[in-house]
Amino acid sequence: MERNLAAILESSWLAIPAAVAIIMAYLTVNAMMLIWLERKLSARIQRRLGPTEHGPLGLLQSVADMGKLISKELLTPDHVNRPLYLAAPVLVFMPVVALCSLFPLSSEWVFHDFDAALVLLLAIGSINIVGIFIAGWGSNNKYALLGAVRSVAQNISYEIPLILSVIPIVLMTGSLSLYDIAAAQTTYPFLLVQPIAAIVFIIAATAETNRAPFDIPEAESELVAGFHTEYSGMRFALFFFAEYSNMIIMCALATVLFLGGWRGPFLPGFVWFFIKVYALIVLMMWFRWTFPRLRFDQLMSFAWIVLVPLSIINLLLTTVVMKLF
Amino acid sequence: MTDTIELVAQDRDTYYMNMGPQHPSTHGVLRLVLHLDGETIIEVDPVIGYGHRAHEKMAENRDYTQFLPNTSRIDYLSGMIYNLAYCQAVEKMLEIDVPERAQYIRMIAGELNRISSHLLWLGTYLLDLGGITPFLYGFDDREKILDILDRITGSRLTYSYGRFGGVVMDVDDIFLRQTADFVAYFRERLTLFDELVIGNVIFQERTQSVGAFPERIIEQYGLSGPCLRAMGVARDVRKEEPYGIYPQFEFSVPTRSEGDCFARSLVRMDEMRESLHLIEQALRDIPDGPFMAAKVPKRLRPPAGEYCFAVESARGRYQHIIVSDGSDVPLRHKLTTPSFVNISAMCEVMPGTMLSDAVAILGSIDIVVPEIDR
Repeated sequence: MERNLAAILESSWLAIPAAVAIIMAYLTVNAMMLIWLERKLSARIQRRLGPTEHGPLGLLQSVADMGKLISKELLTPDHVNRPLYLAAPVLVFMPVVALCSLFPLSSEWVFHDFDAALVLLLAIGSINIVGIFIAGWGSNNKYALLGAVRSVAQNISYEIPLILSVIPIVLMTGSLSLYDIAAAQTTYPFLLVQPIAAIVFIIAATAETNRAPFDIPEAESELVAGFHTEYSGMRFALFFFAEYSNMIIMCALATVLFLGGWRGPFLPGFVWFFIKVYALIVLMMWFRWTFPRLRFDQLMSFAWIVLVPLSIINLLLTTVVMKLF
Repeated sequence: MTDTIELVAQDRDTYYMNMGPQHPSTHGVLRLVLHLDGETIIEVDPVIGYGHRAHEKMAENRDYTQFLPNTSRIDYLSGMIYNLAYCQAVEKMLEIDVPERAQYIRMIAGELNRISSHLLWLGTYLLDLGGITPFLYGFDDREKILDILDRITGSRLTYSYGRFGGVVMDVDDIFLRQTADFVAYFRERLTLFDELVIGNVIFQERTQSVGAFPERIIEQYGLSGPCLRAMGVARDVRKEEPYGIYPQFEFSVPTRSEGDCFARSLVRMDEMRESLHLIEQALRDIPDGPFMAAKVPKRLRPPAGEYCFAVESARGRYQHIIVSDGSDVPLRHKLTTPSFVNISAMCEVMPGTMLSDAVAILGSIDIVVPEIDR
């Protein structure tokens, strides 16, 4: 069984550019379609129609928006710190591209199966906080700076429950490879044995991706647009893409850890994988259009007083149970 | 007016931030200069006047009839109440008797307007708190009220429906039926809003014990409207200084004791119920008859003197003080608007709260910026 797709490509010098091109194309199309989906879904929740004009069901609306954003002049305001301002959108977006190659789409389709994939994923996944922070810092804008400060505090706090909720899974499978973790869920998904970890994970993942009700770094009714207040055109679009791509990463990770990855009856593996990922994304969108936003201090105390102790207790229980049986 | 640059030069440890005049949560052109320590507010300076249109001055250089269209533009969200308040003030000066049917129509229209104003508050308040969906639901229901009022007045926001001595057009059976349908429909919707919005845990967390007014503020600032009633003071102009046909109806004044943002929200929700109750009674009893007083003088020359007339608008006590010298142009026309009072009081409770609370408090007092500036 050839489970390492990269191995096929390795014979050619085109391997890395080809993989990057495929991932970039996927992420771009995915972000555009997710924006469309989010608009349609929010319209559904709010008893509206959403986009209808461009293409069937308004499917080309995001393409039109893209065209508009690409054709906009790239403005750099005078008062910004130029190097930081220019680097930030790239720093926010690039980690996502690196991470996409790690996921096992099905039992045969793996771009790159790596022993410590989970560690790599959590480590590189944190880089985008740096991007967000220097976006806020470099913008030299008061709203942007407040947004950046909030973002750093929030992401660091929620990283802890996120990692603590992943550890029980690692203990159960004894592996850090995403492929092995998905493969270990032969009879039942880990959601059934680790429900607390799954809930903590999805809440922390929502906070990590700065989505409502945890969207305080860009809370538009308080901070106008938060850390990306000064960005326009394609640079703004990169932040937007990064948000939706991060959703993909987090939901894919949740799929692998708790929903059994590609496993499912009848349909081919990668179809199941994507069904699960997009179902989780719809869930996150549903959160956004249903809940009001938390206040900053409530958000922090929720992480430290509720989520961290909960996941530590869960971790202890898991170790005890594993020792006993 | 506070100049932010000067302030920054004075004190380098405090973070000064201009919230407004263009900001999503200041509902128009209000500017708040926030003195921040991290996220905590030390002091707040509201800078008003960006929407100043000199309504008082305009009233003083045209006759009473010519000022009528201005009135619903002072507070564009409760234009009907403001318009009718002015009519009633002038009628009081001239001692014009208004036919009973017109009084009923005025009350129904005014209460519908109050509901639509509160609905807009509900939607935008949740928008301030980050919940986007209730906004659409609030506007959806408000749209039904606007449609109903549109049929009888011909406009959707700045109604000039009142005339001295009555209303400009009679209402028909279709209007009465539509209103009755709306009352029945909206009762259920209110239950839905209670469950989905007011009952939401995050909403309660964000609003409970946030921005509670201390007792002394009531007297010091002359607080009125839902902000006052949320502090446990059952004061309502419709009860205390009854006008129109309100004394003939049975309604209660909803109060809460906590005085915080959550209490203000609950008071507004209850007020919408009371308005429905009032409309229901009026629809049942509305008599036939003329909708305009038989004899209204062509030129309005109120006898010299000082006149005061107040109504309960959706935001609180709205008061006209008109000084007449016996001519057809008022000598002085003073408008006391509730938002101005309430925003002054707000500056007392904001220090010590966080930036997100500032938005929550500002939304909960339900300001209309052009009404502050006039």
